[in-house]
This record gives sequence, structure tokens and C-alpha cells, in this order.
Amino acid sequence: MNRLAYLRASSLEEAKQALALPGSIALAGGTTVVDLAKLGAMKPDLLVDIGGLAGLDAVRVDAGRLHIGALARMADVSRNADVLRLAPAIAESIERAASGQIRNMATIGGNILQRTRCAYFRDASTYAACNRRTPGSGCAAIGGVTPNHAILGATDACMATYPGDLAIVLAALDATVHTDMRDVALVDLFAEAGSGRETVLADDEIITAVSVAADAGAARSSYLKLRDRQSYEFAAVSVALAVDLTGNGPQIRVAVGGVATKPWRLPSVEAVLRAGPPTRARIAEAAATAAGDARSTPDNHFKIRLLTRTLERALLTALDLS
Amino acid sequence: MTDPTKRKHGDASDGALHLGSPLARVDGDRKVRGEAAYALDAAPAGLAHGVLVRGTIGAGTVLSVDAASARQSPGVLMVFTPFDTPVLGAPDSFLDGTPGEGPFHVFPASILHWGQAVAAVIAETRQQAETAAALLRIDYAPGDVVPSILSKDAGPGVPVGAVDIDRGDAEAALAGSVFRVEATYETPREYHVPIEPHGAVAWWEGDRLTVREPSQWIDAMARTYAGWFGIPFENVRLISHFVGGGFGSKVTAMTHGAVAALAARELGRPVKVAVTRAQNFTAHGGRAATRQTLRLGADADGRLKAIVQDGESETSVFVPFVEQLNAATSVMYDVPNLRSRQRLVHVNTVTPAHMRAPGKHPSAFGLESAIDELAHLAGIDPVELRLRNEAGFNPQTGQPWSSRRLREALVEGARRFGWKDRPAAPRSMRDADGAFLGWGVAAGLFPALDHFGEAGLRVDADGSIEVLSAGIDMGTGTYTILAQAAADALGVLPGDVTVRLGDSELPSGPLAGNSLLAGVMTGLVHKAAAAMRETIIGLALTEQGSPFRGSELNTLDITRGRIHPTLDEGRAVPIADLLKAIGRDRIERIEDNFPAGTSAQERHRIMTTVAGLRPPDGGVSSVASWCAHFVEVKVDEDFGTVRVRRVVSGFDCGRLYNPHLAASQFRGGIVMGIGQALLEGGRVDPRDGRIVNDNLGDYLIPTNADIPDIEVFSVGEPDFRAAPMGGKPVGEIGIVGVAPAICNAVFHATGQRIRRLPLDIAALLSTN
Repeated sequence: MNRLAYLRASSLEEAKQALALPGSIALAGGTTVVDLAKLGAMKPDLLVDIGGLAGLDAVRVDAGRLHIGALARMADVSRNADVLRLAPAIAESIERAASGQIRNMATIGGNILQRTRCAYFRDASTYAACNRRTPGSGCAAIGGVTPNHAILGATDACMATYPGDLAIVLAALDATVHTDMRDVALVDLFAEAGSGRETVLADDEIITAVSVAADAGAARSSYLKLRDRQSYEFAAVSVALAVDLTGNGPQIRVAVGGVATKPWRLPSVEAVLRAGPPTRARIAEAAATAAGDARSTPDNHFKIRLLTRTLERALLTALDLS
Repeated sequence: MTDPTKRKHGDASDGALHLGSPLARVDGDRKVRGEAAYALDAAPAGLAHGVLVRGTIGAGTVLSVDAASARQSPGVLMVFTPFDTPVLGAPDSFLDGTPGEGPFHVFPASILHWGQAVAAVIAETRQQAETAAALLRIDYAPGDVVPSILSKDAGPGVPVGAVDIDRGDAEAALAGSVFRVEATYETPREYHVPIEPHGAVAWWEGDRLTVREPSQWIDAMARTYAGWFGIPFENVRLISHFVGGGFGSKVTAMTHGAVAALAARELGRPVKVAVTRAQNFTAHGGRAATRQTLRLGADADGRLKAIVQDGESETSVFVPFVEQLNAATSVMYDVPNLRSRQRLVHVNTVTPAHMRAPGKHPSAFGLESAIDELAHLAGIDPVELRLRNEAGFNPQTGQPWSSRRLREALVEGARRFGWKDRPAAPRSMRDADGAFLGWGVAAGLFPALDHFGEAGLRVDADGSIEVLSAGIDMGTGTYTILAQAAADALGVLPGDVTVRLGDSELPSGPLAGNSLLAGVMTGLVHKAAAAMRETIIGLALTEQGSPFRGSELNTLDITRGRIHPTLDEGRAVPIADLLKAIGRDRIERIEDNFPAGTSAQERHRIMTTVAGLRPPDGGVSSVASWCAHFVEVKVDEDFGTVRVRRVVSGFDCGRLYNPHLAASQFRGGIVMGIGQALLEGGRVDPRDGRIVNDNLGDYLIPTNADIPDIEVFSVGEPDFRAAPMGGKPVGEIGIVGVAPAICNAVFHATGQRIRRLPLDIAALLSTN
């Protein structure tokens, strides 16, 4: 790890000033930044600890929306009664993420911003080529070991998978990310893979909360996560659904994880599902469109089949057709 | 000793009270409280910290190292590179003690595998050392890399020769067989990943070196340090009180220890070198990747007529390490014709090493999968097929077995598991949710080796009793079973005995490997404690001041630490009171099992090199532990996910010195076997040979959530040809046969035969 400075911010303003300095980065739970700094994949000059900022860790319901403070701990959110009642998939996705120890430390804002597990991104000393670390340097993952890499959104610039669980659910729920400067739709938060930026946020912009509409779809939300190990492993494929059965025909929102470079909505699937009653045949037809734009390597080719099947199972289960 | 043939099932009737009882581990409390000091907990005054720096190419040469910035970085005390590290001496051969081949270059400029250590930085703090290490500028001349056995340019390998077997005429017998199966089975690189990573803390006092380091073989490691630094063996003190898992990875001294000791000598202060988790994938080898093609032939009744095996295992480009693929194949079943060949494929990897059940695991994976394929082909139940092929004697050597109760393990395991209800056809059992269920079985073995050693017994004036040995406790329970062994022979309670282990100043101990230490050390401690008992009784009868002197008694008894006339506990005298009465401060006995007349030089050789390993029972009988695993899996065919739902495993490991601790070893082996079957495997970059999943987030080993109920039971009987106290190997056998049992169960569930581990989502979805 490089030598660096550490500042414990006592106010949002102080944090913003520090984050405007080149080489600075915000530190909250410390479960990602510290890890990557130790590996040398990130070489911050200044860690700006925002963990002590007041008022950013609350979970509240306001004007029909569920608000979760950016500094709320994952473990606390997964046990929160309002979350469990209004958007159970949020709790479900957190329960299935990381380990108990990490969930006790990691914050919601930090979790959403967690970095990819791509081994070629994480090892800067061996692999100079990484468009995420150094825009324009290339991609060492091409021709490497890629069973965990993305099949959706993958380009020659980058095929690293977005690793999180919570953000997949938030994408399905049309979540809004609130910063100190503006509101951004969660699906618009992430920059294009390999563009050299992780998100559209400004350097000194701080996420203060995320919120979702406490609607019928959120109340009937679900998260299905598949992986080889039953705990403490990132998704091979995950599916988040929000199913609203209150209207004329189900309104279903679909996002997938473990297969894409960022939290990935599937409008093509949603369109097929909107076109008529949710029969088994229609669900199969919808699921079959999920991987239409997929691009695979020999290592991760199995994810195309796995994505289709997982999506189909999740839909059948959510609609009580299984 | 009583006649073992007269014993009842599982009986330990040699008068033992404590050995054989399920005592909780005596060091458990300290470990749970965090009070057990592991090697890297040592923090002697003035401690400096070193870090190893790994090379980032798969093969080639280090041309130069620019260390200027690193040397000027705060806190840096010293930088070692290939060009300015003192050359160390040549330890004599680890194999047989013959003179070493050449000096030890700690950081050779020639790079033979990715991650090879190329430099070290020593600083006041670990963080300062890491920061400075990142400032080193290393220039390489990259060479051509052969990353793994799977590489196109890896070639066919070179014949091993030494492990080849030709028994009968296997090809002819195969051609004449009614049933024939042929298949190729593959296992990946696996890593020990002990939860305590490697490391060492070293310091010098004059020309005496002390090293605190987790070790499975104190004396062999100390010999290497002595050779490196050109000092007498006696001048090296190696301390390893607790070991946080070894699995075969902590047997030899390595670069990190050399750096700690060298830096400590150069700086004149203690130095700690901790190996990081990622470095643990390249600082020493894991289990070699293997591939074997098996051809089995059987008659119409399923009796094996022939086995033909052609295998390859991976090794480094510089050491011909053999992961012996016929370790199980050659002795598991009664097959008259067997031909076995193995080749070594040299690639740019760190040299593989022994890992829990070396050879036995991949060998059993192939054989026990193939036997299942044969059972399916012949339409014979796989338990029945195994029973029909039971070997009454060792088919490879012709020796009788000292004991072999595999039949009992299979029959009793089938009964406990409910095997009779198993439909023969695959795809015929489903869970309530529609997912397939499958039942599989596989057997395993672990051949025994013996070793030499000493055990000390010491009684002090305050009555305290100590067992003394340089043997170690890897977490398996040595501290506990040696207290039990001493208590029985001496006539005290286990709680009265303090066991001191893991210090080369103590009487020399055997290797904690090949699952042999418990058998050797319980025998030696029993012998030493019995001798101590005779010594105490002799003193009580004859010494001036003893209350028993001149009492016309010709012997005495010791019960719960009190000396008394036989049948008369009313006149009991505590051992401490006797010592006080006769004016003795301390009584010591050291017993050994060296052949009579063994010279001091030869003792040193056989206690510090593998030349001391030998077959038990003088090679008269063939000694092995046996097991049978029964497994139920649930397979979601759409997802390719396999969940192990229950395991029932029977073991013949002779007498269990502590059934509670033995069961822990069995279960631990089965857990590791579940990981091998479903999760584990080093991922090798096809360009530079880097292990890309070198962390515990990406190198998957089972979590609690992956492990079902595991029922283990013992069918063993005391086997005094195997070891003095009647036990057979326990620590490694549990892993053998688990992976094939799971793959066989998946075949029964789905009809899909997976022959390459791990059996993960990608593997199952690649074919359906």
C-alpha cells in the first residue's frame, strides 16, 4: 500500500473540500477501498473518512418512498422492519451478499459503489493493461481467465462484472440515488465500462441516500441468486424482480446481476411480459430474449444458458406458476 | 498386551482408562480465548518486519532491480534482491541426509514460475516494508511460459518409471473381459489454504538461531536452517507451539524463513516475515493437477480382471514431484492384472507439494468413479460390486493386511444410510420441489507409514508431570491424546499431565505427516510413562526416607497420582510427597524406538530426513486405514447446482485414541472433500501462469452453509501391528473418496457423469 493521508471529515462541506483534491477518495465502511489499496489496484493519496457524518444512516418512509441513508450499515438495513415490509428483495439481496462480518461494516452507499472482482483489474503490478484503472491501456482479461466475467455490456474495452447484489434490486425498483448535488436514477449512475470512470458522479459528489417507491411492485419484489458456494460468493447469475399484480395484468420489472458490467435492466424481457397474460409460454419467450445481446468467452459461455433459466425460474416463482 | 484377535469390536482392553475416551481437547479453551500464542504472535523486543516481493512474469530473468527509492523510503532497514543477497549454505539432502548439492540462492535471478519471490524489504513496521516494496523497479527479460498441464505446448511429459506397475497381463485380460469401461479423470491444482498463513520470526544470540514458525516437522526444518547458516544443528532452536492448519504445507523450511533469519543476522535484531494470503499460493506448492485414463475390465459377475492406467501429473520445471496416481488403484481391489504408467508434465509453476492424502485423493477419484461406471454398465449395485472385489491380501505386495475392515464399513454404512432403498437407475429420485436426488458411494484408503522418535517424561518436586516432545499439534489433538496416553501408563489423570510440544530443545519428534504422529507418539509416551511408573515405584520401595521402604512389599501401585500398596489405597502417598520424602527435585525418563545400537549420527539422519520413514510391522503385514462414504446430493438441473444433503461415512482406523478428536478429523476431511468435489481449483492464466484466484474470496472452499449433517462411525478394531497402541492413520483418510462419492451421486441423480473437478455450475451446464 502506498503512503497516504487520512482525514476524518466532520461535516459534508469539509468532506467535499477534501474530495475535490486530486488523489482523494471517500472512505465509509472501508471494505472495498482498503482492500484495493492494499492490493495496489487503487493508490489514493488521501482517504476522506465520511463515516462520522451525522444524519446519513437513517432508514425512513416519506411521501410513499422508502429512503435508506448512504451510511446505513448493510446488516442494519437487512433487518429493518420497513425494508422487510415495503421492499423485501432489498433485505434478501443484502442477506445473500458478502459475509456477516463485511455486512456489519459496509455501508449502503459504499456497497453500491463497490468495484469489480476482475483479477486483472485487481493486480496492477502484473497487468498494466486495464481500461478501468488506466483508460486507453487495454484489457488484460481478453485471453485470460474469465468464468466470472460479463456477457452483457461487455466490450473490447472491458468485460468486468459488476459484483454487487443490492444494486440489482435497486435497478429493478427504479431506485433514485440522492447526492448532495442532485438525484440520479440508479441505472444511470454507472458509467460505461472501460470509459475510465466508474460512475457519473463528480469527484466531490457524495451519495446521501437511495430511495425507492414503496409501491406494489416493491412489496412483491424478489431476488434469486445463483452461485457455486452457498455463502460468501458473488453471483454467477442473479435476478431481481418487482411484480405488481394490482393492475390489469402484471407489471413486471426485471434486473439481472453477475452477468453484466453494471446493474442491468432487461427492457426486452419486460416488453414481452407486458404484451399479454403471463403464461408459462410467454415467460419462456421473455426469458429467451434476455441474452439476446450476450457476448461470451469459452469460460463464461455457460452464463447465457444460466441467465435464461434463472430468469424463467424467478418469473415462474414470482407468479406462482412453478 | 492381550491378543488382539480375542478382542471384541472396538474394544481397547489393555487396561486403558483415558486413551480411547472422548476427552475434549485440552488446548481448546486457550484457543477459544485467543490465548494460544501462534508463531507470528511472537513480538520480541526490537522486532523488524520483512515482506517478500513476488515476480510478475511466468518465466525469464530478473535483469535489474532499482531499489534506490525503496531504500530511502521511511523506516526501511534493508532490501534484498537477486544481486545483493548473501548466498546461504547447502543443507544436506532432505531425502536421505547426503551432502547438499549446492548453496541456496534465496532470490535467484532466474524466474521459473509466476509469483516467484524476487526480493524482500525489511523495515521498522510491516506497513513501511510494504510501501517500500511497491517502490522497487524490477526489469525482466521474459521467457517462454508453459502455464499448466492444460496448455497446448505442455507436451506429453516424461515417464516417472519408479511408480510403474506391471502385474499379470493387463491388456490381454482387458481384451478378454465381459465388461469394459474407459474414461479420463482430471483434478485441478488445489491449495492447502491453512487459515494460519506461513511466516517466521527469527533472532540470533551469538551463533545461536531461534525461529518461531508453524511447523509440521521441527527437526527437519531445524536441520535446513543449520545447513543454510553453517551452524551446528544444536544451535538452531525451532519453536512451533501451535499450528493453524498445515495439510502438508508446513513440512519444510522455505524462503520466508531464510529471509527472516538472514535479515535478523545482518541487522542484529529479531525479524518477522509474514507470508500473505496471496503469496501462500506461490510461496509453496499445492496439490499437483492430474489427469488419468483408466480402463477397467470385469467378468460377467463384475469381478475385476484388469486395470490399465495411464496418468500424468503436473510438476515444476525444476523438481520432479510425483503425485502418485496409482496409490489407491494398485491396492484397493483384488485385481490380478494391472498396468500403470505415470508421466510428469513440467510446467512453470511452483513445485507442487504433499497435500492431505497425497496421491490417494486423485487416485481414488479416478478409480472410485470408474468402479461406479463399471457397476452401472454391469447392472450391479456399486456396494455389491465393491464387496465382490474385496482384496483379502495386498494384491500389489502379497502381504497380509494387518487389518482391513472395509467390508464392515461398506455394509454398516449402507445400513445406516438406507442404501437398500436406492433405485438402480439414474434420474429416478426427486425431491418435493422436483429437483433430482442422487445417492452415491465410494471407498478410500490411507496406507500407513511409521517413523522414529523419542518421548520425555518429567516429574517435578511439586508433583507436576510433563510430557516432552518436539512433535507438534497441528490442531489435530496431539496435546490431548499424549496426556491421555501418559495418564494411563503412569496412573494419574489426564488433567494432571502437562504436554509440552513443538520445541526443538525437547526430545526429537516424528514428522506430523502421513497421519503417523499419533501412532508413533502415543506408543512412545506410553513407554516413557510406564518406565517412569517403574522408576517411581522403585524409588518408593528402596530410597531412604520413603514411607514404603523396608515394608516387605515387592511392588506398589499408582492410582490417580497416589502411590500405594496393591489393593490398599488407604496408605496412599502423593507422588510429590514421595519426592519430598526422598529428597528428589525431579525425575526424568526419555524413551525412544530406535533400533538397538543406532549411532547418534544415524539418529540425527533418520529424525531429520525422510530416510527415517518406514513401513510399520517391519513390513511383515500391509497396514492401511479404510473408509466408505455414502452421499446424498440434490441437483437442480436447470441451474447446475449441486448441494450435498447428507453424508454417512464409516472408517476403519484401528483403535481411536480419542473418538471425539478422531471424528473431528474425519469430518474435517469430508468437508475438504466436499470442497474438492464442488468448489476448489486454482485458475491459471493461460498466458503467464498466474493463479488468478489467489484469495479466499475467489478460491472457493466450503462455508458452513455448504456442509450438511455428517455422520461418521468407526468399524476399526485395535491393530497392534499398525502401532504400539493399536491405531491406524486418522488425519487424512476422511478426504479420500469423498469427491468420487459425490460425482457418483450426481450421476445417479442426473445421468450426467462429471470426470473433471470441480463439479461446478459451469461443468454441469456445459453438457446440459
